[in-house]
Amino acid sequence: MSLTSTLRGGLTQLGAAVRVLAVLTVLLGLAYPLALTGFAQLVVPHRADGALVERDGRVVGSALIGQSYAGDAAYFQSRPSAAGDGYDPLSSGASNLSPENPDLVATVRQRIDEVAAFDGVDPDDVAPDAVLASGSGLDPHISPEYADQQVARVAHARDLPADTVRTLVAENTTGRTLGFLGEPRVDVLGLNLALDGLED
Amino acid sequence: MNDTLAGLLQTGALIAALALCYRPLGGYIAHAFTSERDLRVERGIYRLVGIDPRGDQAWRTYAVSVLAFSVAGLGLLYALQRLQAHLPWSLDRPAVAPDLAFNTAVSFVTNTNWQAYAGETTMGHLVQMAGLGVQNFLSAAVGLAVAVALIRGFTRSRTGRLGSFWVDLTRGTIRVLLPLAAAAAVALILLGVVQNLSGGVDATTLAGGHQTIPGGPVASQEAIKELGTNGGGFFNANSAHPFENPNPVSNLFEVFLLLLVPVCLTRTFGVMVGDARQGYAVLAAMAVIWVIMLAAVWAIEAAHPTTAYDVAGSAMEGKETRIGVPGSALFAVSTTGTSTGAVNSFHSSFSPVGGGLLMLNMGLGEVAPGGVGTGLYGILVLAILTVFIAGLMVGRTPELLGKKLTAREIKLVALNILTMPLLVLGLTALALALPGPRASILNDGPHGLSEVLYAYLSGANNNGSAFAGLSADTPFYNVTIGLAMLLGRFVPIVLVLALAGSLARQVPVPQTAGTLPTRGPLFVGMLAVVTFIVAGLTFFPALALGPLAEGL
Repeated sequence: MSLTSTLRGGLTQLGAAVRVLAVLTVLLGLAYPLALTGFAQLVVPHRADGALVERDGRVVGSALIGQSYAGDAAYFQSRPSAAGDGYDPLSSGASNLSPENPDLVATVRQRIDEVAAFDGVDPDDVAPDAVLASGSGLDPHISPEYADQQVARVAHARDLPADTVRTLVAENTTGRTLGFLGEPRVDVLGLNLALDGLED
Repeated sequence: MNDTLAGLLQTGALIAALALCYRPLGGYIAHAFTSERDLRVERGIYRLVGIDPRGDQAWRTYAVSVLAFSVAGLGLLYALQRLQAHLPWSLDRPAVAPDLAFNTAVSFVTNTNWQAYAGETTMGHLVQMAGLGVQNFLSAAVGLAVAVALIRGFTRSRTGRLGSFWVDLTRGTIRVLLPLAAAAAVALILLGVVQNLSGGVDATTLAGGHQTIPGGPVASQEAIKELGTNGGGFFNANSAHPFENPNPVSNLFEVFLLLLVPVCLTRTFGVMVGDARQGYAVLAAMAVIWVIMLAAVWAIEAAHPTTAYDVAGSAMEGKETRIGVPGSALFAVSTTGTSTGAVNSFHSSFSPVGGGLLMLNMGLGEVAPGGVGTGLYGILVLAILTVFIAGLMVGRTPELLGKKLTAREIKLVALNILTMPLLVLGLTALALALPGPRASILNDGPHGLSEVLYAYLSGANNNGSAFAGLSADTPFYNVTIGLAMLLGRFVPIVLVLALAGSLARQVPVPQTAGTLPTRGPLFVGMLAVVTFIVAGLTFFPALALGPLAEGL
């Protein structure tokens, strides 16, 4: 095949390509996502809309998205977050720091001291996820160890018996799915909402 | 239950699910590409666009069709991004900058899904659906078509004809990817992945702060993102984002989806060449590599021999609580072993040696089990090299599946194998030699080298994952990574089609006592070893200066 006939063939093919692309764009780019949106809105509208959580008629967040509790001793604290200024859903993401990066090592050491002082525990007992940021920066969960570490502080700040707080932690803890999928975890927003609910 | 046992059970469940689908799906795909009958919807498409479904193309015409279709895709995706401000469902987002729009268009057309942008603030819903989502399907369908054309190179003889690209593209889309994606999207929606057209909801948090909860048609995108081994996240955090991957079940399901088609294609290969055991042999070599990589990365992340993780007590930086270390390692090895590049944890924060293994996994050419189509043709190219090396050892003319491997075939294979490393190492050297590109590096020292090396490995292999510390949204990186993606995709495709055409012309030779059997453990072992040696010799010096220097 000569170069010119290849080029001419290419132009004919380009015409076909544009037509195929147009048809498939309508099918795959509009019909497919819109049909599924219709399905989702019909069958599981609450979850398809992001599992929004309301209190007194106002949206306070999403059950799937973590939030910052700004160091308020009466709330269980989330993990550190690299999403914007912390838990900004429009800037999801991680720190991307290497575990050998001196800045990260220094940050971790500093966080351990701060968290230990805040929760009144020994620095050696600080849970790892209390000082390491998540991948999304929006992690809605903390480990049961980190929750346990915060019980005394929250109970004290709210003037509640530690056992009451511990019961709420247990109610908001999920084990591994089917016993082996994922990791045990505590839903921080659910737990803090339940704590606020006690006072109403 | 302890972590290790839970992780093993999770891996076992994944393998069992893939095994269940292996024969039915692999056979179904083979039937889809060999059936004489067109579906009614397909006939409609052929008539609408004026294509003769019985057309049979020589390899050059087939290649020109692939390139023409990809050029059209590039043009449309670039235009959609540039015109975003004037399109409906765009959430008032402005036009995407020219260099970023070029990079993103190349990225999605080449099945890479490298993302120099943040989804939640750059792309409106229409560009996501009609631009990025469409290429998620079509780039995978192109890979599928090229793999099928190469198989036909083995099954046909005395003809230069490989089939019709337009028919292969249409069937791969209509019969394979669309039904699978629709079923997967339904499952993801039921598992809690969001699917709406909202522009975002304002929330006042418990502590009195403010959040905008984003919306979008996420599940429909997520399904084909994994299934088509694309990997481009709807959101910046990709599959680490709770809206893309809300729980451990959705996490395992997404790993299953990204492995599904590449794994089952080895069955398609076996069925089409009329010897299922050939397919098992290729699958076994893929599985050996995948298991070795998984065991190594998982063990390193669980032991976390690094300073920050020793201080903290676990390797959870950049990882999600609900997913944990085993689920993150499983996803990371599967996403770099396919050409997916979706991430549920951030590879830059893996232990240096773990991150280095993920780079090596891409450096192998992504054949464990590789992208949709690309994995199969990638490992068949390596299989030819293996047979050739074995032939040299015993002094026989090498042959595979009855086709002689002559100087022409070996030259095409050699060029194919050289393309990706040349792009990766050349462009990495260029970026490191220039002060501007060096300024984009986040971490100092060897990790900085890793960030750049990872970017070009990811681009030239059409993976799309990142050591995301690198600020890659600059004209230099947008253009050079764009070139790496383009050449890393289409040079091998043209070479593979030339190889297929050359094989299809041959007259099959009968098997003799000197023929190397290509379906036993001996061949599987040799194939895996050749794969490691080729990549090891190529990338060891660069990996020694980056992750190894940092981690050891």
